[in-house]
Amino acid sequence: MTAPTKITVATTWLDGCSGCHMSFLDLDERLIELAQKVDIVYSPLVDTKKLPDRVDVGILEGSISSEDDLEKAKLFRAHCNLLISLGDCAVTGNVPAMRNHFKLADVMDRAYRENVTLQPQIPTRGVPALLTPVKPIHGEVKVDVFVPGCPPSADAIWYVLNELIEGRTPDPSSVTRFGA
Amino acid sequence: MAQPATIPNVRVVTLRIDDRDLSAREDETIIEVCRENRIPIPSLCHLDGLSVWGGCRLCMVELEGQSRLYAACSTRVAEGMRIQTNTERLQRYRRTIIELLFAERNHVCSVCVSNGHCELQWLAQKCGVDHVRIPYRQVAYPVDSSHEMFRLDHNRCILCTRCVRVCDEIEGAHTWDVMSRGSDCRIISDMAQPWGDSDTCTSCGKCVQVCPTGALVKQGTSVGEMVKDQHFLPILARRRHLQ
Repeated sequence: MTAPTKITVATTWLDGCSGCHMSFLDLDERLIELAQKVDIVYSPLVDTKKLPDRVDVGILEGSISSEDDLEKAKLFRAHCNLLISLGDCAVTGNVPAMRNHFKLADVMDRAYRENVTLQPQIPTRGVPALLTPVKPIHGEVKVDVFVPGCPPSADAIWYVLNELIEGRTPDPSSVTRFGA
Repeated sequence: MAQPATIPNVRVVTLRIDDRDLSAREDETIIEVCRENRIPIPSLCHLDGLSVWGGCRLCMVELEGQSRLYAACSTRVAEGMRIQTNTERLQRYRRTIIELLFAERNHVCSVCVSNGHCELQWLAQKCGVDHVRIPYRQVAYPVDSSHEMFRLDHNRCILCTRCVRVCDEIEGAHTWDVMSRGSDCRIISDMAQPWGDSDTCTSCGKCVQVCPTGALVKQGTSVGEMVKDQHFLPILARRRHLQ
C-alpha cells in the first residue's frame, strides 16, 4: 500500500492534553486527501509501536516535563528530518509550565496528597520522574517549524502540512498565534 | 503626543515614508503621520490621547543618513525626512523585543482573560513571533485582587505605563505610579498599597481599558472575556487639552 513517494510522518504527545492531536483529527474529510500524500508511520493515532529509523516529518505535541518526554523529544529529533512543535505547550510550555512557579514537592503534594481522600501517596513505580523546569521542546532539542495555538486549528495544521508537502516553508503566524 | 484640537499658523513639511511622498504638519510625530496614512507601526506604550512615553521601543524607525534608530512616537517630522518603517533590521529588533516581553513575565495566552483581545498577542502574530528563542525567566509575580471591580496581574504587565498616564492625565487621580527597577519594576497604586485600599482611585476603570494586555482587567472575567473599550480616550483627551 505504501507508495515510495509518500512523505512519512510521525507524531507523539509529551506533556499535553492531546487537544492538538484532536485538532489534527478535526481535519475530518481532509484526512482522506492527506492520506494520499503522507504515511503516518508512528503516532498515538496508529498502531505502530516503534519509531522507524528515518522519518520525514516529526510532530510533537506538549512540553518537556518528565524524563520520558525528554527521551521522546531526543528520539524524534534523531530520527526525523524535520521537527514540528505543535501547539502552545510544545512551543511555549503553556499550562504545564505554570508549575515552574512552585517547588516540585509542593506540586506533588497538591496533586497526590492534599486533594486525595483515598490512600494519598506519591507515585514512584512505573512513572517517569518529573523534571524542573518544564520546558518548550526547543528548550532541549532543535525545532524546525513552530505552530502555536491552544490548540492550533485544523485549518492551521492543514496549511502547515500542505506547505511542507509542496516543498515550501510555512509561515504559521499567518494562520495561528499563541493562545489561538 | 496629545495635541490641541486646532493649531493656527502651523507649517507643513514634506517627507518620504517607505517610498511614499507625504505631507504633514511640522508639529506631528512620525507615528502620527504613519497612522494617518495607514502605514502600520507597531507600538505598545503609545496611545493617541496620552503623553509620549517612548518606552516600548517597538516603533523604532530608520532615518536616512542616520545610523541610530529613532522612536516614531517621540520624533517630530522634519522637511525632507526619509523614513523606513519596516526594514529587515527593524523586523529583527521588533521580534526580539516582543520575545523579551514574553520571556520576562508570564503571558500564558491560552488561559488569559485577554486572550484574543490582547495587543501583545496580536503584535507577536503580526511580527512573526511564533516562538521565544530565549529561556523564559519563570518568576512568579503577584496578583492584586483587592479592588472590588478590577484586578491587577503583574504577570501580564509589560510596564507600558498607559495606566499611569491615563490616571494622571485624563482622570486626574494619579493613583498609579512605577516602583523599583529592572525585573523588580512594577506598577503600584498609591504608596504601594493594595489597590482596594486606595484613597485616590475613583474606580473609573480607565486604566483597565487602556491596558494593552491582561494585566488590568475586570473582576469576574474568564478566559478571553476581557474586551477593552478605548472610545472614551480621544473625546476626553481633546476636552482636557481645550481647557
